[in-house]
Amino acid sequence: MSNSSAPRTLPIARRALVAAAATSFAGAARAATPDPAIVNLPDWSQSLGDGVQAHPYGVPSPFEKNVVRRDVEWLTAGQQSSVNFTPLHALDGTITPNGLCFERHHGGVAAVDPDRHRLMIHGMVAKPVVLTMQDLKRLPRINRIYFLECAANSGMEWRGAQLNGVQFTHGMIHNVQYTGVSLRTVLEAIGIDPRAKWVMAEGADAAGLNRSIPLAKMMDDCMLAFAMNGEALRPEQGYPLRLVVPGWQGNMWVKWLRRLKIGDAPWETREETSKYTDLMPDGRARRSTFVMDAKSVITSPSPQTETAPKGRMVISGIAWSGRGAVSRVDVSLDGGRNWQAARLDGTADPLSLTRFYADIDWNGQELLLQSRAQDSSGYVQPSKADLRKIRGVNSIYHNNGIQTWLLRADGQCENVEVS
Amino acid sequence: MSKYPKIIKKLFWVLLIAYPALSAELPVGRPPLPAEIAAWDIDVRPDGTGLPPGQGSVKLGEALFLERCAACHGEFGEGAGKFPELAGGIGSLRQDRPFKTVGSYWPNSTTAFDYIRRAMPFGQAQSLEPDQIYALVAFILNLNDVVAEDFVASQANLAKVKMPNESGFYDDDRDATERGFWVAAPCMTACKPEAKITGRASAVDVTPESKTAPKME
Ligand code: HEC
Repeated sequence: MSNSSAPRTLPIARRALVAAAATSFAGAARAATPDPAIVNLPDWSQSLGDGVQAHPYGVPSPFEKNVVRRDVEWLTAGQQSSVNFTPLHALDGTITPNGLCFERHHGGVAAVDPDRHRLMIHGMVAKPVVLTMQDLKRLPRINRIYFLECAANSGMEWRGAQLNGVQFTHGMIHNVQYTGVSLRTVLEAIGIDPRAKWVMAEGADAAGLNRSIPLAKMMDDCMLAFAMNGEALRPEQGYPLRLVVPGWQGNMWVKWLRRLKIGDAPWETREETSKYTDLMPDGRARRSTFVMDAKSVITSPSPQTETAPKGRMVISGIAWSGRGAVSRVDVSLDGGRNWQAARLDGTADPLSLTRFYADIDWNGQELLLQSRAQDSSGYVQPSKADLRKIRGVNSIYHNNGIQTWLLRADGQCENVEVS
Repeated sequence: MSKYPKIIKKLFWVLLIAYPALSAELPVGRPPLPAEIAAWDIDVRPDGTGLPPGQGSVKLGEALFLERCAACHGEFGEGAGKFPELAGGIGSLRQDRPFKTVGSYWPNSTTAFDYIRRAMPFGQAQSLEPDQIYALVAFILNLNDVVAEDFVASQANLAKVKMPNESGFYDDDRDATERGFWVAAPCMTACKPEAKITGRASAVDVTPESKTAPKME
């Protein structure tokens, strides 16, 4: 398996590209004239920099100003019911920085005052309860790292390659460490009616977004989270309280959570009928497709990354599954004809994102880059063609097909589809 | 008495003080008052549970719709700009370009009540009275030819409206119908005869700029 800690060169790449790599590598290593970056003293080595409180809340280097969430303007009528995308091409490791986690709102970002926020839990329970944020912070706490993927991630690619950038094709995902309270702790203490089977979660935003979630899932691993990556939730991620529904579609992770109502049947809300149902070729639609299937994508090189030089190259990407842990990722350089195991490095915990690498020597010939994840249930990420054979092209949600990037001879990538 | 039990007893008390056992009861929070539950309990289920008393006609709904909804959804629910369409498309779900609306796709009429009550008009959520919501739902159903022009929606009859696509949904069956995606050993070599490029995003050219900072609102 692929968990060894030492970087390895892909044998396939070595075989195919080794001759050219040797010459290009040696040539690039010699300099004719002294490097100004070394012989000219830069400003920052002479004059003093900012003092400690220049940024009471730190911000990235100005040289990283283009690493931001971006939206696709033509997609929606306005900004309040819209989406923006995580800049995956510029990130590494496994944890998504809070300020770069993609956003999806149905009624804008609610500006909730935590002192005036309440969580009500009622319905088929013996002891309905109202909790303040202070109450919630007095309950036993847990920390868990989970990915959150919007079910519509890659939804614009069903009919073919459309958006030239991993940020736009795959950027409705983030991976964050949540701090909060296990829902089981709370639900067990308030006496759930044994006939209860479902829970409706509702937000305090201007969409009052509501979703039905099976009680069994709530008891299994759901969380009431008030912190992400060690600090309070960001407003756009549901400050002060968000429901965490590990491995399941992002729309269910209700933000600005104000109410949980326990019941015996699903509510069939607008978000689980009009939306988040998957229209199949026969005109009927799957509902309750909660679990996110195993998926992976190469984030670098990809269409938004810098021009790749010949020679040594780090192919880097992410993989995740809603059915368990990612157990392996394979990388192909020839559009899926041949595969090699990539190296996983970073947490490979269940229901959280993992990072993979493949180190190659590139001789400048065109490559068709793909990645393919397998999870602990044995599920293997399918090709887009295999997915379309079953789902057609109108299901919008759950597009986890294998992505292809064409790495051109000029060192730039393009989003393409292959036979 | 021997010395031992005394020490154990002491230890027991020390432990108890340092780390008292927690009760199984929820140690925080309070029961909600009936008025508090009533203030938030706005959800409606497919069987009509949760519908408030009240009623509203197609005719009244039309007037309200023109005043409060048509700017975004169009006079006939056809949608203005990129705002969602609310009517049409019945029978289109098998077509290459299906057209999903309240009439063509939604399995329950009550869901329209639940949704409009909590989220519409967009930007003025929870500003409509139950009678107004019944009227608006009646009008939208009439735009879709699901009910007649003289229909009056009410707490008693809304859940009984037959929706054209109410049997159009089935539970997630991926574990069975996509069983082929579970593979013991994924193919590693010579998995297909060739890999030819069949499509390029650059041909569509709809990708936003991403090498410059975005414009600020
Ligand atoms: C300012 C524009 C605006 C106005 C006014 C407005 N809506 Fe909407 N409506 C929207 C938007 C935007 C959405 C989609 C929201 C989302 O993405 O969740 C929507 C969604 C809907 C939907 C769900 C559509 C679907 O297929 O899922 C219904 C039903 C609806 N509106 C009814 C109404 C009614 C009734 C009114 C008048 C009382 C109204 N709307 C007023 C913008 C508007």
